[in-house]
Amino acid sequence: MAVGLTLIFGVMRVINFAHGDMMVWGMYIALLLSRRAGLDPYVGFVISAVALFALGLAVQRGLVQRIVDAPHEMQILLMLGVALVLENAALMAFGPEPERVRSPLAASTIWLGPVFVDVGRLVTFGVAVLLTLLLWLFLFRTDLGRAIRAAADNPYGALVIGTDVRRVYATAFGIGAACVGAAGALVSPLLPFQPATGLSLSITSFNIVIIGGMGSLLGAFIGGLLVSVAESLGAVFLAPSLKELVSFSLLILILLFRPAGLFGKRAP
Amino acid sequence: MSAQLRLDAVEAGYGDLVAVRDVSLEVRAGEVVALIGSNGAGKTTTLRAITGLLPVRRGRVEFEGERLDGLGPAQVVARGIAHVPEARQLFPTMTVRENLELGAARRARRRRSDALDLVFTLFPRLRERQAQLAGTLSGGEQQMCAIGRGLMAAPKLLLLDEPSLGLAPVTVKLIFENLRAINARGTTVLLVEQNVARALELSHRGYVIENGRIALAGTRAELAQSGHVRQAYLGL
Ligand SMILES: Nc1ncnc2c1ncn2[C@@H]1O[C@H](COP(=O)(O)OP(=O)(O)OP(=O)(O)O)[C@@H](O)[C@H]1O
Ligand SMILES: [Mg+2]
Repeated sequence: MAVGLTLIFGVMRVINFAHGDMMVWGMYIALLLSRRAGLDPYVGFVISAVALFALGLAVQRGLVQRIVDAPHEMQILLMLGVALVLENAALMAFGPEPERVRSPLAASTIWLGPVFVDVGRLVTFGVAVLLTLLLWLFLFRTDLGRAIRAAADNPYGALVIGTDVRRVYATAFGIGAACVGAAGALVSPLLPFQPATGLSLSITSFNIVIIGGMGSLLGAFIGGLLVSVAESLGAVFLAPSLKELVSFSLLILILLFRPAGLFGKRAP
Repeated sequence: MSAQLRLDAVEAGYGDLVAVRDVSLEVRAGEVVALIGSNGAGKTTTLRAITGLLPVRRGRVEFEGERLDGLGPAQVVARGIAHVPEARQLFPTMTVRENLELGAARRARRRRSDALDLVFTLFPRLRERQAQLAGTLSGGEQQMCAIGRGLMAAPKLLLLDEPSLGLAPVTVKLIFENLRAINARGTTVLLVEQNVARALELSHRGYVIENGRIALAGTRAELAQSGHVRQAYLGL
């Protein structure tokens, strides 16, 4: 999920506060697919990703395109607006009650050597690794992916060599949203959710991106691992309700000692 | 012979500021033409107006008889014009090879490897450094990389914005020798420079731009003998 945010921020320097709400929509799509079509979320995530890609593209084309050059606070306001619309649309469509997608996979556990593992978590982790790898291949091995990295690295340089910057931005935003959609669907059997979940998800993924370093894919992935490890350790050794405290302490520590994040570039 | 590139009374600027007013010039196919002038004269602005990075407010730009003004940079590059911009504008966290290949992004893969061979032949240093991140190159290597990136598009016309800026004399010499070789292969060159002596050495003709206007035009010999050029730009 943080990978999607990193992509959007990295390329366009637009901070996407609608991230968590997009993820919640990925969850609801998984829910609908599971209820109406009996599709397991571990399969349905592909459809969530496609749907969110389309939503991301529409938001980018319709709104973000107009403000890429605007100051940051304008972008934050716009994305907060999008977040509110998405959250309330979910509220109207699905109601405020917490939901959870049932998946036989998530309910089962297996013995892996000496440890007892949730199959659901294992699959989620496996697919997340796979998606990060695919995204990496796309960004480093395809023309469009390289153009996206180039535009992130130096937007003016990309323009000079004749890159179709609009198309690059739209694709990056779409793919960012698709990652979020996939992530939402994948965690939907593990995490009860409701429309209001979006905000806390936005904050967590934001946290992850800052810890890993803005605009770094590897950073987002490692940041994600760090935050989840820190939170679960915190939940075990302190109290479950204190897990956010742990990840925010981690955030503050990292900001103190490495302001650009673990893998971030120094500000130019 | 008719002009490959023609600017006719071009005006361009930033907000209320008119940085270039009434610039007319011509570049014929196969030529090297120098555009010289001091800081803030409007050289960069002129190049940006040609490549569509800045709108042409008045006048017209023609390339091979077709209008260029009003087109975006992507379309201008597609017509066969490559721009090696001021300050190089490389992609610092990408490798030299990726930077070069991005210059040929709109061409077929097989053509790219031919173009890459040509660039590596001209600048063997880039072959050695191909896996290095562009941001870690020395200034001279970065300039070579920027020129290489421009060449990867196999342009008919190459626009260069102060390629000698900030480089040691040996490096400048090397780069200008390569520009001569590039021109000898049939690429037209429009060269913006403040290193007037070097620029005139390489060029067939030149224009002097002052305060956004063409102040003087002529062949290399005419400019080199002009009292104004000698005094104001060559320090003689
Ligand atoms: N992005 C910009 N915004 C506003 N004014 C600009 C901008 N770029 C250039 N100018 C102004 O336009 C005028 C011409 O600038 P330009 O960059 O074309 O000069 P130049 O001949 O390339 O100079 P130099 O040799 O210093 O590169 C200058 O007065 C400059 O201050
Ligand atoms: Mg300039």
